[in-house]
Amino acid sequence: MAVTAPPAPGGRTPTLDGVTVPQGPAAAAAPLQSSPPAPSSVAPVDTVEHAAATPGEPQPHAALGLRDEEYARIRDILGRRPTEAELAMYSVMWSEHCSYKSSKVHLRRFGDTTTEAMRARLLAGIGENAGVVDVGDGWAVTFKIESHNHPSYVEPHQGAATGVGGIVRDIMAMGARPVAVMDGLRVGPLDAPDTARVLPGVVSGVGFYGNCLGLPNIGGEVVFDPSYSGNPLVNALCVGVLRHEGLHLAFASGAGNKIVLFGARTGLDGIGGVSVLASETFEDGTGRKKLPSVQVGDPFAEKVLIECCLDLFRDGLVVGIQDLGGAGLSCATSELASAGDGGMHVDLDAVPLRAADMTAAEILSSESQERMCAVVTPENVDAFMAVCRRWDVTATVIGEVTDGERLRITHHGRTVVDVPPRTVAHDGPVYDRPYARPEWQDALQADSVAGRPRPSAPGEIAAQIRALVASPALAPRTWVTEQYDRYVRGNTTAATPADAGVVRVDEASGRGVAVSIDANARFCQLDPRVGAQLALAESVRNVASSGAVPVAVTDCLNFGSPEDPAVMWQFAEAVAGLADACAALGLPVTGGNVSFYNQTGSAAILPTPVVGVLGILEDVARAVPHGLGEAGDAVWLLGETRDELDGSTWAGVVHEHLGGRPPRADLAAEAELAALVAGAAADGLLSGSHDLSDGGLAQALVEAALAAGRGATVTLPPAPGLDPATVLFSETGARMLVTVAPGDEAELARRCAEAGQAAARLGEVGGDALRIEGVDDLPLADLRALGEATLPAVLG
Amino acid sequence: MTSRIGVITFPGTLDDVDAARAVRYAGAEAVSLWHDDADLRGVDAVVVPGGFSYGDYLRAGAIAARSPVMGPVVEAGRAGMPVLGICNGFQILCEAGLLPGALVRNHGLRFVCREVGLRVEADTAWTSAFRVGQEITVPLKSGEGRYVADAATLDALEAEGRVVFRYTRPAPNGALRDIAGISSADGRVVGLMPHPEHAIDALTGPGTDGLGLFTSVLQQLTAAA
Repeated sequence: MAVTAPPAPGGRTPTLDGVTVPQGPAAAAAPLQSSPPAPSSVAPVDTVEHAAATPGEPQPHAALGLRDEEYARIRDILGRRPTEAELAMYSVMWSEHCSYKSSKVHLRRFGDTTTEAMRARLLAGIGENAGVVDVGDGWAVTFKIESHNHPSYVEPHQGAATGVGGIVRDIMAMGARPVAVMDGLRVGPLDAPDTARVLPGVVSGVGFYGNCLGLPNIGGEVVFDPSYSGNPLVNALCVGVLRHEGLHLAFASGAGNKIVLFGARTGLDGIGGVSVLASETFEDGTGRKKLPSVQVGDPFAEKVLIECCLDLFRDGLVVGIQDLGGAGLSCATSELASAGDGGMHVDLDAVPLRAADMTAAEILSSESQERMCAVVTPENVDAFMAVCRRWDVTATVIGEVTDGERLRITHHGRTVVDVPPRTVAHDGPVYDRPYARPEWQDALQADSVAGRPRPSAPGEIAAQIRALVASPALAPRTWVTEQYDRYVRGNTTAATPADAGVVRVDEASGRGVAVSIDANARFCQLDPRVGAQLALAESVRNVASSGAVPVAVTDCLNFGSPEDPAVMWQFAEAVAGLADACAALGLPVTGGNVSFYNQTGSAAILPTPVVGVLGILEDVARAVPHGLGEAGDAVWLLGETRDELDGSTWAGVVHEHLGGRPPRADLAAEAELAALVAGAAADGLLSGSHDLSDGGLAQALVEAALAAGRGATVTLPPAPGLDPATVLFSETGARMLVTVAPGDEAELARRCAEAGQAAARLGEVGGDALRIEGVDDLPLADLRALGEATLPAVLG
Repeated sequence: MTSRIGVITFPGTLDDVDAARAVRYAGAEAVSLWHDDADLRGVDAVVVPGGFSYGDYLRAGAIAARSPVMGPVVEAGRAGMPVLGICNGFQILCEAGLLPGALVRNHGLRFVCREVGLRVEADTAWTSAFRVGQEITVPLKSGEGRYVADAATLDALEAEGRVVFRYTRPAPNGALRDIAGISSADGRVVGLMPHPEHAIDALTGPGTDGLGLFTSVLQQLTAAA
């Protein structure tokens, strides 16, 4: 692409290294000129004056995704028709993606159920770019998960790459150094033709961007299900670290303070990405823009931007900061202005462009990546520019904070936007969309897998265990995770296939955090309320398995079309369930996002609320290793096993069945288990652990053995009335495998008895096979070869 | 006096913090060098760390090899100063002409992150703490890690004992003759694709095998002092 900037109007002087230096006090925020030298190639500008004078001019609000009544409301707010640039801003900021107009009424539940006690650890919560949690010793951690689903279907590599880039900038905007990423991926069946296009592209995109940024990828999920064919989900999470005093927020205050745009230049990529791409289903081809809709990422530019931002923070040069993501400058300027105490004037002529003759609407909507916007006091502008110059980052003063309450944007010297910023950023429409329990829900819940045959002979059970191990649902994700750097920065102490990723925050003390992201969409399909709670439960359990104490939640709620009452019901149920479960566990939701319209035609994806949990470890050296411990250690199962096979991986793999009711979400039991494990870990009692989830006890034993490279000889736990296959494949929650050295067994037993924690000694670690009572022996080499072959057999 | 080992940061360098940590763990002082620096601040040895210098646009390591700081590095390396290039650093040393051959795209065309076994095959400034034939485990993480050179160069490297590290199993990137790392003729400049700086602590890596490279150079420097 040709990189050409328009002639510099308004006294702007580009220097050789790309840093634009403001010329004189009024240079960047040039006052309105009466007769501007508009370039001849640019179409007549739709100014505020022109809009006021031409109320009847037809506008393409529908093509931009605005309903008639929304358009009417904009006219009401402004007292005239919006200019083209204003229409672009409102349409993009009032889109589902940016405004949460369909989800807001339900998301309030998170706020309503969050108590003061739950907020005690929060330095920043919902509404900021990302939540910030106090993790002790003056350290804070910020983390957030976000979707980039639709772009990743259109262009898997760039869609996924820029998904990582976007969430990393959210974390940077809090004043933090990004230290790790995770990715939750959901695609169609492994052997579906389009999966061979989407999955390798997505994985290469996540890897390309994260690897080039120098951020370790510490975990995530890869899930295959037919409902994600044509609707892949790419959810990216980033973790950042900062000192308490380093917290930065997005607001523009102090009249006279300068607005600095820095990072990449603004181009034509990603225009319309938010309003069109993120809010329409794929079957409907109308409203396509002629410009490339998926943004193109440059991780090198972002890496430099990270280091540049950290230097700016260190030197105290930033009053407020906002990343440019969805909706680009429209979002950044309106959010900064509405969160501040004044108005703002922005001069689009000062914005460094990649393409000639971009219109105001295009400049405002562009989603060009790797850009940030900062509020800087006038006396710090020179120092700010000097830091940017060191990193070869382009930085330009594009405006200033003003008295009054208007966001005024000029282009070619004329006012093209003059709006109350809050009406753009926060006062978008809110819909309480109709929702109704789908009529098929009862029949689905009645269709239990209970009637289907269960294996009983030792050879038959072993064969089904092997089938599960080799199934796409459970096969190792090595093909994916081998494309991600997990070592960089030297603080990763656990990553995939560990239950939770663990990163050290403070090298001196060993203080660190554990993070996991989870969802079981099959359970959510059977009962979205319980399913969402089970997602939280599993994520908590994964974090607890490392020995960490869970403290906060982020969520990425992926659903079909909110205009379908059945989908809206799933969403409402999932949010209610998750909010209640968070309250029950005392864990605040600190932020996240909602992704609707994940459907093709009338077929929506399985409801997929992905839940991320953050836990604290006082010393990562005391984290519990993943898998079985040393030879001779005792293997214990914590938790009770019930007959809960509906929705299980066993039902899906062996019987291709999805029906019935999901396992019970026993949050009290999850909390007790987490507390017991955290206590035992802190005292160095546990030599290994692994939570039980997909595939039940059988799969947990297999994974724990393979992780350790050691076998085990075990009996089944007492489970009155249950046959061996049910005990092995049931997916009852609140269970964990732990191993203890022989000398520590009595203490573990004592603690379990004291806590009322169900616990059973299953056997001992050792040998090169898994020997389960009533099941044919399973040699580890066999199990490893079986599982490791599955993904490469299809993906190469 | 404590030995001072420089660690270069180019825009896009990623493993500089890790290299500096490894230098400290070995007992030396890590000195930050910036790509724009015109001199080496009096350091006794230099580590060129991994990452994607200048985005690796054009060709991996090509732009960094021509950066201001590399002038004195090449000069010092030719004069016998110990220089270690890791991953992107290895690519840079090849591009700068300090080491022969080139690193090209992995034969599988994908980035590979995995712990690999390496056999130490030469006694150099960076491997004296190992015995020749010793096998070590360190992480490999690269998309362009396949070592290539013409047959004559490869034969010469083998004959002169300049193949420093060889993958113990077939190279995951298709490197010719399973070569993971090589040295200059005097054994002072070493480049390798795997990351010894990620194997200095069992808590964060596969073990502590990688520390041997850094203790080796420290021994050399201390003995020479």
